[in-house]
Amino acid sequence: MTDMEQMQQAFYNEAKELLPELEEALLELEQNPGDPDLVHRVFRALHTLKGSGIMFGFQEVGDLAHELETAFDRVRNGEFEADKAFLDAALRGKDHIHALLYSPEEVDPSEARNVRSRLETLLADKGAGKPAGSSEDKDASEEQTLDTGRHVYRVRFKPPHNIFATGTDPLSLVRELADLGDSYVIAHTENIPWLEDLDPEACFVWWDVILTTNQGEEAIRDVFIFVEDESELSVEAIDQGKVSEEEEEPSKKLGEILLERGDVSQEDLQRALESQQKLGEILIEIGVASPEQVQSALAEQQAVQQTARPKKESETESSIRVPAGKLDRLVNLVGELVIGQTRLAQVAAEKDDPTLTSISEELERLSDELRDNALGLRMTPIGSSFGTYRRVVRDLSAQKGKDIHMVTQGAETELDKTVIEQLNDPLVHLLRNSIDHGIEEPEERRSAGKPQQGTVTLAAEQAGGSVIISIRDDGRGMDAEAIRSKAVRKGLIAESSELSERQILNLIFEPGFSTSEEVTDISGRGVGMDVVKKNIDALRGSVEVTSEPGRGSTITVTLPLTLAIIDGLQVRVGEEYYIVPLSAVNECVELTSEEKNKNRAGRLIPLRESLVPYIRLRELFHVDGSTPDIEQVVLVASREATVGLAVDEVIGQQQTVIKNLGRIYRDVRGISGATIKGDGGIALIIDVDPLVRDVARAEAEALE
Amino acid sequence: MGRTIMTVDDSASARQMVSFTLQDAGYEVVEAKDGQDALGKLDSSLGMIITDLNMPNMDGIELIRNIRGKAEFKFLPIVMLTTESQEEKKKEGKQAGATGWIVKPFKPPQILGVVQKLLK
Repeated sequence: MTDMEQMQQAFYNEAKELLPELEEALLELEQNPGDPDLVHRVFRALHTLKGSGIMFGFQEVGDLAHELETAFDRVRNGEFEADKAFLDAALRGKDHIHALLYSPEEVDPSEARNVRSRLETLLADKGAGKPAGSSEDKDASEEQTLDTGRHVYRVRFKPPHNIFATGTDPLSLVRELADLGDSYVIAHTENIPWLEDLDPEACFVWWDVILTTNQGEEAIRDVFIFVEDESELSVEAIDQGKVSEEEEEPSKKLGEILLERGDVSQEDLQRALESQQKLGEILIEIGVASPEQVQSALAEQQAVQQTARPKKESETESSIRVPAGKLDRLVNLVGELVIGQTRLAQVAAEKDDPTLTSISEELERLSDELRDNALGLRMTPIGSSFGTYRRVVRDLSAQKGKDIHMVTQGAETELDKTVIEQLNDPLVHLLRNSIDHGIEEPEERRSAGKPQQGTVTLAAEQAGGSVIISIRDDGRGMDAEAIRSKAVRKGLIAESSELSERQILNLIFEPGFSTSEEVTDISGRGVGMDVVKKNIDALRGSVEVTSEPGRGSTITVTLPLTLAIIDGLQVRVGEEYYIVPLSAVNECVELTSEEKNKNRAGRLIPLRESLVPYIRLRELFHVDGSTPDIEQVVLVASREATVGLAVDEVIGQQQTVIKNLGRIYRDVRGISGATIKGDGGIALIIDVDPLVRDVARAEAEALE
Repeated sequence: MGRTIMTVDDSASARQMVSFTLQDAGYEVVEAKDGQDALGKLDSSLGMIITDLNMPNMDGIELIRNIRGKAEFKFLPIVMLTTESQEEKKKEGKQAGATGWIVKPFKPPQILGVVQKLLK
């Protein structure tokens, strides 16, 4: 017998006593109409039948008993007298319950409905109306969960002093409340008396909880259901479900206006503001508010401001599936809009018309926001693809007879969907490499004093405008010397060249290099690291390796957050315009003719304590004309080095919609794409990393 | 405090209902058939008591008063089983020191909800 059957058996036995008791009471009631004791007996029997019936799975029994009970409730309240017709119906109901329990196969399915409608007619005749709260209504209302959206509530809970005497721990209630959403709890301790007056069994603390939750007020009150009557409890929605325009776009503050007019400087303002006392501090000082009260109010203010944003997001959380093509078109259109806006800004600047300028600025703000939103649509958490990689590791380690555990981190990191898709091949290849060449055989690991199980970690994180993905293994690491001699053998570097260890390790990404001495069936099929690098380069990313012999290697892939639109710095060389991605720009300095004429080995400009090598874009891209006396140098940095790019003029910052060059130009070194400028002209986008590398290498050679 | 819960009810089926539900959820359960019985079975391992109100010998209210009178069980969570029609009884129970109540008829999730809320 199962638990449920056992329990049902107990109910059968109990009902066997209850049903005759019910019948007897009903019959006696016919003799002594309105006898309160008899009504009470009927009531109790029905009540138990209802309760236990529902609990033990006899829904029909429970429902019918419930309706009879409701009807008898009216009799008990004196709303009408239980006459013969009514008692007949009640007895019929009792018989039906009996049949439902003990001879279910003979039950007439329409009988319950008959009894019910009979009761209803009788009650209606008495003017009492339909039995209130029939079970169907009740169930429906219970199941209806209202989605009230995300709201901020101020919950103030002052438990009675004697709350502990009822076995309630007020703190656990506060915790339960806090678990309903994001919360900020402030305990008010000002009522606690001095130690000698303190009753250790009484509660003097009360709480304010600022709760941001998508649960309704009901759920909040439910937490306090057992103490509601004795406690002071207030639950107030304090965000009113919307944030008004004014709050989103606060009117300018006095300081901002003065600053804009140039009447005061930023420093002056800062100094003045620092000397100013905050309202809360003043209130505490003059003693009209306690520190807790001020803190509580501040928390409330913050919570309301914070919900304003999540609310917008939560509305779209009911997601819509959209074909990727539509998003691409949207992003393209936004790109065109940004170009149009840039042109407008340029025209506005030329015309110097305040009306036009203000329209242009307004449009710029909107298009910025639109751009961020449109690009955000394409962002997906990288974790969605982690499953595939896990599978690769699992299958491969089994195939290679290695014991490998995979750890993933930062699954929530968001990246452009296209990037995630295009990352698949390179990442799988890098993982294969780690498993194939990185992690040793179990015996080898054991003898090296490492745990038998190797670990491969795939981690993603966002850093500024880039996403960094790293693949780390705790395997044997790479032998810089072996890589070096192999690179020399393959003619990648000269025997005499002096390279740092990092430079040597990164030679594995050069075309024609493969670390694998033996050709394995997994990663030795001629698809080397150079292909990985090429794939990543195509995503405007970079890849780098670090290694500690005996401890493992880490391959780090750095990718831009998005492919479509970047912030760039526009520069001019002769009649040509170029865009330098702003994320790579450190600073701009002037290069005077005086400085140029100084005789230095190679081209170097002094920058604070050091000398920085530079190249002229004019020479690099063979632009006609002569250089001006004073050139501008844009200092750009990659991971490896900082170098200068000498140009004729730095024009300024510009949103840059990246347009791919045609297939023929795809491999031009130093150029990653093109964009359309504000005046409709074209500017080429500088690919900083290879340029930095070239300059650094040329510089190193020049020094030799 | 332990994870043992006492269920006090004169109806064997109701007791069993509570017992099975709680045991399924991993709690130890002690059963008592009325207030008198319950008082005799009080034990420091108890984490909570669930009691019916209408019982012969000693009813639930009396039981709660008795338990609250014992220093050891002063702060023990006690849940009473009431019905919608027993508003007065509920008040009386609260005054006697009941921590909370469950309205009959109830279903297993409701008991578990209250137990999880009150049992520490």
